[in-house]
Amino acid sequence: MKKRPTVGEILQAKGVSRRGFLKYCATTASILALPPSMIPRIAEAIENARRPSVIWLSFQECTGCTESLTRSASPTVEGLIFDAISLDYHHTLQAAAGDQAEAARHAAMKENDGNYLVLVDGSIPLGNPGFSTIAGISNVDMLKETVAGAAAVVAIGSCAAFGGIPGADPNPTGAVSVTDLVKDKPVINVPGCPPIPMVMTAVLTQFLTFGQLPALDKFGRPLAFYGQTIHDRCYRRPFYEQGKFAKTFDDEGAKAGWCLYKLGCKGPTTYNACATTKWNSGTSFPIEAGHPCLGCSEPNFWDDGGFYEPLSTGHFDSGEKLAGAAAAGVALGAVAAAAGRRRQAKFMKEG
Amino acid sequence: MTTPQEVQRPTSPFHGNVRPILNEVLHALDKLLGTNESTTIDLASLPFGPGELEHLEALLGKGELSAELDALGTSSIRETAYPGVWWLEHRNAFDEVVGRYLEITRTPEILSSQDADIVAGRAHLEDQFE
Ligand code: SF4
Ligand code: SF4
Repeated sequence: MKKRPTVGEILQAKGVSRRGFLKYCATTASILALPPSMIPRIAEAIENARRPSVIWLSFQECTGCTESLTRSASPTVEGLIFDAISLDYHHTLQAAAGDQAEAARHAAMKENDGNYLVLVDGSIPLGNPGFSTIAGISNVDMLKETVAGAAAVVAIGSCAAFGGIPGADPNPTGAVSVTDLVKDKPVINVPGCPPIPMVMTAVLTQFLTFGQLPALDKFGRPLAFYGQTIHDRCYRRPFYEQGKFAKTFDDEGAKAGWCLYKLGCKGPTTYNACATTKWNSGTSFPIEAGHPCLGCSEPNFWDDGGFYEPLSTGHFDSGEKLAGAAAAGVALGAVAAAAGRRRQAKFMKEG
Repeated sequence: MTTPQEVQRPTSPFHGNVRPILNEVLHALDKLLGTNESTTIDLASLPFGPGELEHLEALLGKGELSAELDALGTSSIRETAYPGVWWLEHRNAFDEVVGRYLEITRTPEILSSQDADIVAGRAHLEDQFE
């Protein structure tokens, strides 16, 4: 196997100065949700990292996840896709088609056996293999074949991670998630409809930087981004604590920016990073635009009651969800999850 | 449908997310003066409501020194009205902000000439004599 250049070598060849590199490392730390004190370690790791081969498989999906990633504003994305990773197969983005594309996939698998990453967006239909095929190969066969020599699999978006829209009741195609099929490889779930681009980038960067997979929660989601609820980090939280709620989308509470809990906000039971990472190059996130969180990064959110019904109407239907709600209940109560939040509450009381 | 009887408008862009940061800056300045330890606060990791980031920026104001860096997109490095408190903003090649930090330090590291660049520059200068 020919030795792939290190990221340090690539940047140097491109004439990127050390200062530019430090900047790259600082934003990488930010993307990985690591403290800035980690920047020197990141610099060392990135300099010596060799770019991994990535094979991206798109199954029953809407291409929203690819759209989200390619619109990512992180400096690493133009870097990541074209420099820091070697995207060897992605049937939406690659120029090759048909047999040529399949040949590229097989070549990447052979050349990087045991070391490549497989990214999957979309769910896999088991009802009839003919429901979704690529180059005449059914999704389930392509997944099994490609994953066999992979180092790890990343399920991008709620469809790949949990079944998503195709898997919603009545699930006409018999759609399943990647974890339903892949049992012998590490699988990282990056759910969201679509996932935050920076979170997708971060998982790849983490692998690239430290050669390791991130710490995961019980649903296989990276804790750095899915460790806290939207509610834990929501800027409207002070209104929640004061019991100030918008009751319709056009009342004075809505205009004053009060909490959207009574309009169905699923922030309290939804683990995702929207409240801090935000969307569209950090512009804002749905709650900031006045719309409740739909809970799009949680399993089966499509079937989980009405989007505009408050959580308190008790629409939970599974034991799993109830457990999640109980855990979130702790965060809802007197104990604010983050230390920063505690400080903030104190300030608000005093100030 | 009932007509709201009491109308409450926000009195400021504050949702209470700015003061804790100012407090953190205060502690960081004590650390800088006491043990010469620098602190970096990653503003992207903190919750801000509409207008709060701009409010924080306005509160910290402008100091005596500002610099622009042109590497992988531009960056601005500017001392706030509070000496030792620096506002750093990194942009990518598309001029989108990709990182925003408060550095509580004497000089942000990124302002210093870096050894690797000095070595490369020196070699380049030497070439001029050939
Ligand atoms: S319920 Fe929703 S709007 Fe209200 S504080 Fe929680 S996340 Fe924010
Ligand atoms: S705010 Fe909620 S529904 Fe909206 S993108 Fe974030 S997790 Fe999904």
